[in-house]
Amino acid sequence: MTTLLKARRARVGWDWTDWAAHIYLVLGTLVMFGPVVWLLLSSVKSESGLQAFPPTILPYEQASVNVPDRGGDLKLFKVTQGEHAGETLAEVRKLGLQSQLVDPKSPDTLIRVKIEDRTPVMHLHAAWENFTELFSQFSFGRIVWNSLFITVVATLITLLLNSMAAFALSKYKFSGRDPVFMLMLATLMIPPTIVLVPNYLIASQLGLTDSPWGVIWPAVATPTGVFLLRQYMLTLPDELIEAARMDNASEWRIYWRIILPLSSPALAVLAIFSVMWRWNEFLWPMVVLTRSESFTLPLALNSFQGELTTQWHYLLAMTVLTLLPVTAIFVVLQKHIAQGIASAGVK
Amino acid sequence: MNPIATLFAFLMNLPERPMRWAQSVLKGGRLGWVFVAPNLAVFALFTFLPIAFDIHYAVTGGVNLMPGDRPYVGGENFGSLLDCSNHFDANSCRRDLFWHGVWNTLRFVVFQVGLMLGFSLLTAIVLNKKIIGRSFFRAAFFYPVLLSPVVVALIWKWILQREGLLNATMIGSGFQPVNWLLDQNWAFVWSVAVSIWAHMGFYTLILLAGLQAIPAEINEASQMDATPPWRHFRRITLPLLMPNVMVVLVLGLIRAVQVFDEVYVLTGGGPGSATTFVVQYIYKTGFADQVRQYGLAASASLLLAGVLLVLTLVQMKGSKRG
Repeated sequence: MTTLLKARRARVGWDWTDWAAHIYLVLGTLVMFGPVVWLLLSSVKSESGLQAFPPTILPYEQASVNVPDRGGDLKLFKVTQGEHAGETLAEVRKLGLQSQLVDPKSPDTLIRVKIEDRTPVMHLHAAWENFTELFSQFSFGRIVWNSLFITVVATLITLLLNSMAAFALSKYKFSGRDPVFMLMLATLMIPPTIVLVPNYLIASQLGLTDSPWGVIWPAVATPTGVFLLRQYMLTLPDELIEAARMDNASEWRIYWRIILPLSSPALAVLAIFSVMWRWNEFLWPMVVLTRSESFTLPLALNSFQGELTTQWHYLLAMTVLTLLPVTAIFVVLQKHIAQGIASAGVK
Repeated sequence: MNPIATLFAFLMNLPERPMRWAQSVLKGGRLGWVFVAPNLAVFALFTFLPIAFDIHYAVTGGVNLMPGDRPYVGGENFGSLLDCSNHFDANSCRRDLFWHGVWNTLRFVVFQVGLMLGFSLLTAIVLNKKIIGRSFFRAAFFYPVLLSPVVVALIWKWILQREGLLNATMIGSGFQPVNWLLDQNWAFVWSVAVSIWAHMGFYTLILLAGLQAIPAEINEASQMDATPPWRHFRRITLPLLMPNVMVVLVLGLIRAVQVFDEVYVLTGGGPGSATTFVVQYIYKTGFADQVRQYGLAASASLLLAGVLLVLTLVQMKGSKRG
């Protein structure tokens, strides 16, 4: 039956809905990816390149040439009018409406040209210094370290705490188990935005403000993680545990030597989520981290755009560095992420 | 064995002795409490206890953070938040910024969730067809979901700024440039658009999963009957997809009510209060203002929590039926 249908469809070829679908997808991809590509291209433009309006698509920069007799690097221009038309010359200085240029090969003779009779010579140039200067000019390494530390440590603790709870909730029978599970699920209804003020009080009383632990601790007990892991562990056969108990293994050993390794697919999904949550988190860190030394990448980006509205070349480079790790994870683990979301319906 | 694995094994062996002791003391399944305890303790400290404190802050006044130092004011915080001569006109309210936030959030929720649901549904249906390079397109639509809200905001701010790509394109096609983020209406439009851009991939994925769960026989039967596409969608696809649509709708609502990050970085809540939402009001009154009014912030939080509670109950009821 299916082959018959397919054969008919193939003979008919594409109908209008197929065309519309592909056009929609191509346009959609442009809208979804275009802004990111534009960011990537812009981030390797020099400061002056970014100010060009209308902007060029690729990172062009005015070419220059080193003329030792004339004091080093000079900008190159092409003469468009007059007797030197067509020649590529280096500009020594600009005097009013006139430009004084020299031929780089014979730097002794000055050539005078009206400024409207010359155009800058542009060449492709990626300004990688936008990235390297972030580390030399700002304490950027510190900020990257803060973000990495919070992300990695919080994810490890999340995996440990959530899997322990999920183990008990799926493999033990004790009075109060179901209420505890419901209570944990109920915390889904209490997002961090609701408890900003009291959490700030608790964090400050515990001495966690301006410390990475102030971001880590409130975030590690995720209801999503407990739910995801519990549902997975329910599918693991109880006979495994019984067999281990026969061999006199302790309960803790059963948890981390048997259940934990078997749950690795679910743990991987939760790890990906947790990394994304912590790396991208914004509002709570902004409340609990107030000194710039303790900032994470999103906080640094936010404060950067306030202080340095004109320094887009640094801001864009910083934005790219922030999205790179997440993008790398996405490229490598795309399938797992999609499956995780489809199965858990969480984000 | 590599050093990380050795370290991991060493660390994971540490609880062995105390757990063996706990095992000998706690009979039956009660050992479960020990496994649940750490996670529960974090919940208690950073979720349940704060809710109690929220209520305490809401009924006390002053600028002190310490709960003991705050004088009891009863319903004054709620009263002042809700004090309006005309609730439809934010300027007539005592806390006018809060009400600007409320109405902006409501407007935002309606447009953002409505349009996002539409686009996600359309994209999911298109992606469910036999498409060349489907996994690439699916990835393209999903990618922005992973980006930090701050990154999302800066990507768009760079495009929408006065001398940005969009205005260059406008001039190139013979239009007048627009100061997108400094115009009240445009700033709101862009906050909705950017938010859809950032989140629709997630909802598309949920809807796509639903579409792929529809048995192929049903679609084939409908094709044999030569059902017109629109009728097929209305009578077959949509009813079967309804549970997923409900999930998208309610999750989208819950998230949209809490809109903050992207828009805060994109517009700062401005121009004026055109893109100030309720969460930004909470953040501003509690933490960003010179005088930190914790009582007002906590009261606004509780009102928001009430809305979220209602939405969650609707979701639970819906998912039971579905």
